[in-house]
Amino acid sequence: MARYILKRLWHTVYVVVGISIISFFFIHLSGDPVMLMLPPDATKAEVEALREQLGFNDPLYVQYWRFASRAAMGDLGSSLYHRVPAIDLILERLPASLELAGAAMLIALVVSIPLGVVSAVKRGSIWDIGSMLGALFGLSMPHFWLGIMLILLFSVTLGWLPTSGRGTLAQLVMPSLALGLSLMAMFARLTRSVMLEVLSQDYVRTARSKGLREKIVIGKHALKNALIPLVTVAGMQFGFLIGGTVIIETVFAWPGVGRLVVQAIFSRDYPLVQAAVLVLAVIFVAVNLLVDLIYLYLDPQISYLEQT
Amino acid sequence: MTCAIHSGNDNPLTLLQIDNLKTFFHSRRGLAKAVDGVSLQVDEGEVVGIVGESGCGKSVLALSILKLLPMPPAFFEDGRILFMGQDLLASSREALMGIRGNRISMIFQEPMTALNPVFTVGNQLAEVFRVHRGLERTEALRKAVDMLARVGVPAPERRVKEYPYQLSGGMRQRVMIAMALACRPALLLADEPTTALDVSIQAQILELMMELKAELNTAILLITHDLGVVAEATRRVAVMYTGRIMEEALTVDLFDRPLHPYTRGLMASIPRADAGFESGSLNEIKGGVPSVAALPAGCHFEPRCPEAMDICRTRPPRLETVDDGHRVACWRVGHA
Repeated sequence: MARYILKRLWHTVYVVVGISIISFFFIHLSGDPVMLMLPPDATKAEVEALREQLGFNDPLYVQYWRFASRAAMGDLGSSLYHRVPAIDLILERLPASLELAGAAMLIALVVSIPLGVVSAVKRGSIWDIGSMLGALFGLSMPHFWLGIMLILLFSVTLGWLPTSGRGTLAQLVMPSLALGLSLMAMFARLTRSVMLEVLSQDYVRTARSKGLREKIVIGKHALKNALIPLVTVAGMQFGFLIGGTVIIETVFAWPGVGRLVVQAIFSRDYPLVQAAVLVLAVIFVAVNLLVDLIYLYLDPQISYLEQT
Repeated sequence: MTCAIHSGNDNPLTLLQIDNLKTFFHSRRGLAKAVDGVSLQVDEGEVVGIVGESGCGKSVLALSILKLLPMPPAFFEDGRILFMGQDLLASSREALMGIRGNRISMIFQEPMTALNPVFTVGNQLAEVFRVHRGLERTEALRKAVDMLARVGVPAPERRVKEYPYQLSGGMRQRVMIAMALACRPALLLADEPTTALDVSIQAQILELMMELKAELNTAILLITHDLGVVAEATRRVAVMYTGRIMEEALTVDLFDRPLHPYTRGLMASIPRADAGFESGSLNEIKGGVPSVAALPAGCHFEPRCPEAMDICRTRPPRLETVDDGHRVACWRVGHA
């Protein structure tokens, strides 16, 4: 088991190197940061001097090699804009992103799984139709609109929750709800369809033929089988949530990584973008590893031991 | 309509009595009459076979007994199923749960899909003891080991910790049998228990079922399309076609003197080892089974029957007793 995990961690290195190459070249296609860093009336000589100083005149592969060899030593470069190590900026924002993503995921899973199960079991009932309509509604609502509506209702009208910022649990409620609602809708629909599939399986009939209570037939025999695809999708979504919540972060002034990266892209802050992409890639790979380890518990047919 | 009382055993007690059962399905193509007026009786400790082609309603009949069909689309149009005098169709959910896996249990055709892939064999087997005997986890697991040993699973202490995918088809079916017989049920519904297995394993499994039947005095309703299995294992047999019983008799009588043209067709279609294929000895019944949503008005077998008469086209024959427990639904027999 430990060997398997070590092997997977070693694979992470390949993934990160691959991503760093791709992202490095793409970022450098996006434009010249020097023009943004200098005042508009800077002379050609000044521009040239800064380019030389930052190493932008070297061929791209030389620049990449310089970046990669420093990165291997743990130095991801300094932000051109903030003038501090890029990694510090990211690590400072990362807890906020993890907190938001985690809370959104938790809300989504806790609500959607029971909802999807009930919909599948009571297929065609008012419960089913109601929750699936609700899910469709949740999927169709844009985040920013939902966020604004939440602020209007809970902050402006009712005055229950603060409009923005991070630090208290009350401040976490609305952003995670706004983010979690579409996930909730997606998971509920997924749970329903997977459960419908599972409920038609022979082993569910066997469970019933043994005289088990419906609660055990559904909650034990069916649900554990249904969780496998659910874990896959939840893992992927969690990866996306870490860096992909710019809109919610903006609406609620949440100090997450997403906003930092978007700002860095606009200001052509190469080192910061590059560092963020790498950190997010590592998180993505780590979440995937976690998902694979959960599979191990859910599906006994998956054994990683033989492959190592 | 009740069925005839069969003699043979010394005053056997009726365990299961099915009267005029009609299990229908709502389908897109209309009403599918999967089981259409079946009456059948199983005595204590008796092995009764139900034989017929796929789609004749034999599995639906077995699933109806434990009410394991998805409802809707399935529904009971008519009939009753008396088990030890209790009407199962009218029983509450609670009452049924006490019967399922306890007094009546079932084994299925596909042992791979019938066992839950994500729980150990021991877990699934112990469940029966926990639910019906109220045993604790460890005690139930110990019982599970005993039961596995009893159905001939080698190294049962190790096997209880394994998952279904780690077992061969024959072993899985042994596990299913262990699960089904764990609570010493009075009736076992065996839906094609050997069909999915290798020929050499089929005989072993059938033998095991017969051994345990003798030991526990469990009656068996054996559903199969295999006349060889019927001949070997059953005392009495009913031949089903498109939801109806065409012929029912003691097994020896049926093989000795098949009266219904369909039964004769089935028997003629068994490949014989003593005649080569060149001689054209492999007979088949002409035509195909009609869809249950579009059945002929008269005898359901009429379109394929080599002996059909005019009346067969218009009126369905009733299941008539010919002699001592031999019942046939054919205008050629017993309606004279």
